[in-house]
Amino acid sequence: MAERERRLNPPWGGTYVPRTSVMDSDEMKRAVRRMAHEIIERNPDSADVVLIGLQTGGVTLAGRISQVLGEIDGLEPDLGTLDVAFYRDDIGLRPVLPQEVTDINMPLDGRVVILVDDVLFTGRTIRAAMDAISDYGRPRAIQLAVMIDRGHRELPIRPDYVGKNIPTARAEVVDVTEDGVTLGEVQNK
Amino acid sequence: MTEPGNGLASPTTQVSHLIDIEGLGTEGLQQMLSLTDHFVEVTKRKIPKVPALRGRTVVWLFYEDSTRTRLSFESAARRLSADTLNFSVSSSSVNKGESLHDTVSTICAMGVDCIVVRHRSSGAPARIADWVDPLGISVVNAGDGWHQHPTQALLDCYTLRSKLGSLEGRRIGIIGDVKHSRVARSQVDAYRLLGAEVVLVAPPTLLPPAVETWGVELADSLDDVLGELDVVGLLRMQNERMDDALVPSIADYTATYGLTVERAACLAPGAVITHPGPINRGVEIAPEVADDPRCLALSQVANGVPVRMAVLYRLLGSGLDFPVDR
Repeated sequence: MAERERRLNPPWGGTYVPRTSVMDSDEMKRAVRRMAHEIIERNPDSADVVLIGLQTGGVTLAGRISQVLGEIDGLEPDLGTLDVAFYRDDIGLRPVLPQEVTDINMPLDGRVVILVDDVLFTGRTIRAAMDAISDYGRPRAIQLAVMIDRGHRELPIRPDYVGKNIPTARAEVVDVTEDGVTLGEVQNK
Repeated sequence: MTEPGNGLASPTTQVSHLIDIEGLGTEGLQQMLSLTDHFVEVTKRKIPKVPALRGRTVVWLFYEDSTRTRLSFESAARRLSADTLNFSVSSSSVNKGESLHDTVSTICAMGVDCIVVRHRSSGAPARIADWVDPLGISVVNAGDGWHQHPTQALLDCYTLRSKLGSLEGRRIGIIGDVKHSRVARSQVDAYRLLGAEVVLVAPPTLLPPAVETWGVELADSLDDVLGELDVVGLLRMQNERMDDALVPSIADYTATYGLTVERAACLAPGAVITHPGPINRGVEIAPEVADDPRCLALSQVANGVPVRMAVLYRLLGSGLDFPVDR
């Protein structure tokens, strides 16, 4: 979602054309449930866990994981959002959108921060997010949950919880919505 | 989810200089205020600094004394990790007769990205912008003569928007020496762009020529309009005006236009007071009123930093003119 948004908005332009369906909404639900179980397994003290959704695609997913964690555990973890625009090394390639706000109102010192994003691609967003998190405090650990790992990493970063690994070509675009995940491309105007 | 052209992503609103409020337009003004929200959040962090403008250089070219505006800009630039240079006019070659054009050329030759200018002559920042625009250098007006002080108006709008919500249809009074005030000119433009009704309250000697073309209402007594204002915007009363015999005496000015304790009691419920500072306690505002929670002077100062961060980021960091292909 986030990636497609960025590509479709000015000054990018173009139309997203989906080609193959990668996951449907049931598969996504199961993936969320599985990731939630993995999170509990690795972090038995759930009061320690903070979920931080990356704007914009990670916010919805973080909310869904948090809800499932609540159902399993009876305790919904602290939930925050983070916009990394000011930390990117490619400032200018990623504009600040007015509705994407950072909201981290809980202490992070000594806790386990789980960054949540929809698609893991080059890893640069995650690098920026880790920089940002360290300005808020010193978590005991930072973990990473993504719905889709599409490869093409440019930094030594790997996810701890993955909905699905899919092989992609660099030019392809992965689109994550509530209803499912598709793989396609942006055709320029 | 995101409507095309809904804001900062739109290349049609690319801004490279901030000279006056009019140049921003309603959309540009709204965008700047929304962007400020992000920087307000940044200033609340444990480490209130982001690397957004790392490697960018901002130079202060101040031909007029300024402590607050300069500090506020300096703080904004540093919180964005920009490097800052200070061109101190009093100790520079300007005193040896260097022209403005030569000074600007020299600064540009050193390789800067942005020049923040304050000048006693109206129009100086616009001239500089014409000169440096081909070099890709941005200019921010930090106050020129009686013309404009756009960042002050932006922070006033931001402060009022946080307190009152939308300014649409609000009645805002600007009280005092409008004629010699660049703050007032920027405020009038900004408030009108945001849909507010502006009333100027001043003795006729302190109203600018051709004020009837400004699209504002005029009142010559504060008491006539006080009860209907949502915002009482005070201006600093300068002693020099007395010397020029534009008002009979300070006491006389205070009696008619000062926000005294008695007048503050007549404010509409929910009304707020703004003042750009520095405050002349006992002249345009009574000391008790200046410390009243309805007086937003300190919030204005606090919002100055994130607003100026937004301005610098918008000009230097959002880089919407970059060719984009990931």
